[in-house]
Amino acid sequence: MIGHFTIDGRRVQFKEGQTIMDAAMAEGIYIPHLCHNPEFAPHGSCRVCNVKANGRHVAACTAPASEGLEVENDTDEIRAERRTLLQMLFVEGNHVCPACEKSGACQLQAVAYYCDMLAPEFTHLYPQRQVDASHPDFMIDFNRCILCELCVRASRDNDGKSVFAIAGRGIDAHLVINAESGKLGDTDFAASDKAAHVCPVGAILPKHKGYEVPIGKRLYDRKPISMVGDVADHEGE
Amino acid sequence: MPRIRPPFPVTHGYFGRPTVVNNVETFIAAAGIAENGPQWLQSRGTEASAGTKLLSISGDCGKPGIYEIPFGMTIAEVLESCEASDTQAVQVAGPAGILLGPQDFGRRIAFEDVGTGGSFMVFDNSRDLVGVVRNFMDFFVHESCGFCTPCRVGTTLINKRLEKVANGHGTTVDLETIQRMASVMRNTSHCGLGATASNPAVNLIEHFPTMLNDRLRHTSFEPAFDLDAALEESRALTGRDDPGAHLQGGGV
Repeated sequence: MIGHFTIDGRRVQFKEGQTIMDAAMAEGIYIPHLCHNPEFAPHGSCRVCNVKANGRHVAACTAPASEGLEVENDTDEIRAERRTLLQMLFVEGNHVCPACEKSGACQLQAVAYYCDMLAPEFTHLYPQRQVDASHPDFMIDFNRCILCELCVRASRDNDGKSVFAIAGRGIDAHLVINAESGKLGDTDFAASDKAAHVCPVGAILPKHKGYEVPIGKRLYDRKPISMVGDVADHEGE
Repeated sequence: MPRIRPPFPVTHGYFGRPTVVNNVETFIAAAGIAENGPQWLQSRGTEASAGTKLLSISGDCGKPGIYEIPFGMTIAEVLESCEASDTQAVQVAGPAGILLGPQDFGRRIAFEDVGTGGSFMVFDNSRDLVGVVRNFMDFFVHESCGFCTPCRVGTTLINKRLEKVANGHGTTVDLETIQRMASVMRNTSHCGLGATASNPAVNLIEHFPTMLNDRLRHTSFEPAFDLDAALEESRALTGRDDPGAHLQGGGV
């Protein structure tokens, strides 16, 4: 069944079973998101894709599209809410953009620019987090993890390894490595794993190739995320 | 963690089948209607809220306990029934419910006014209401599962901002920030816990404005930390405590 609904007044086609996000992506309409990747089952945890559908707030990545639905996406109200959510993510972790290898190719940074976030504003929580450099090919900087669970989903559902998991509750929720030692080097994680190539931020980084593309010439330095989409789609460029 | 909805339990619940979830109170009302007819239920309560409500009344009152009241009873009448006096505030419907002061004691326990699952807490004037609300917010920081951003981070940030105000370091900007974070939590959280977790803080600001305003600094902005105090570690490391190693007025 083919149906139609609107996003910010623009008529959008959808197929039965598609979410608002699916239909928007198919039509090239950008709805900011961090935990969503169309290759995996929707998660709905970052809430950055929050839109209003017939006046009700929903996550575009999990809300089904339906006939005649009126979706508000790029409005001042929604943009302000997304800014607040992004500010929450920035102060929750330790995100030091100028010193980050992922700067310019980071979705958190790019979405923040897109939503006109100028400063984190809230009180930084400055959590004490470790860096795991035990693996020969990849390092993990837990300071930058935003708990999107893309690596968790990719490793479990695609790689069949379940190398990653989220442990702890509430503000103590954190990414853990599934090894007795808790170290990535003690797992069967490999550079060829899907999980090695889905991180939207700089939490999972390949070793031996730092700053290959100079800052200023990276993906989101050249074009805004609304035009080029997710960083995972540009792996190896 | 609550699953992604839809589907809702009404269509996909127990074993993936349509499921109705009711509490004991509803079953008792349904049994009463079956035996005595609908007039039996409608003879008490209001037009929109027929029947009675069980309240679990606790706190500063002479007779705490379980009460059955007709819907439509005012909060003042409930307080009188349980022999509460000098009441500063009531928290109806639990920590995620609503905090009301004497100006609202004429409001009614009913779906169309003050709805509740049954919790009714009484606080008299000997209680530190800011402390009570911070206790509720601590509860939500602890209860948040951590799945979605607004609830996971918002509960902690509101709690910290409230602490800043409670300690006399807050300004009107801090109250506005709390309300902005609360609005985002209400609108964007994955489940009902996050959607209502900010209620105690927002209720305190809206229903008890003097309580916090009296503690505000009369500037538009106060930093969340004391810059001079932040230098303490450096002073200790360098063995300095001379005037040059200090920032006047906390460095602001």
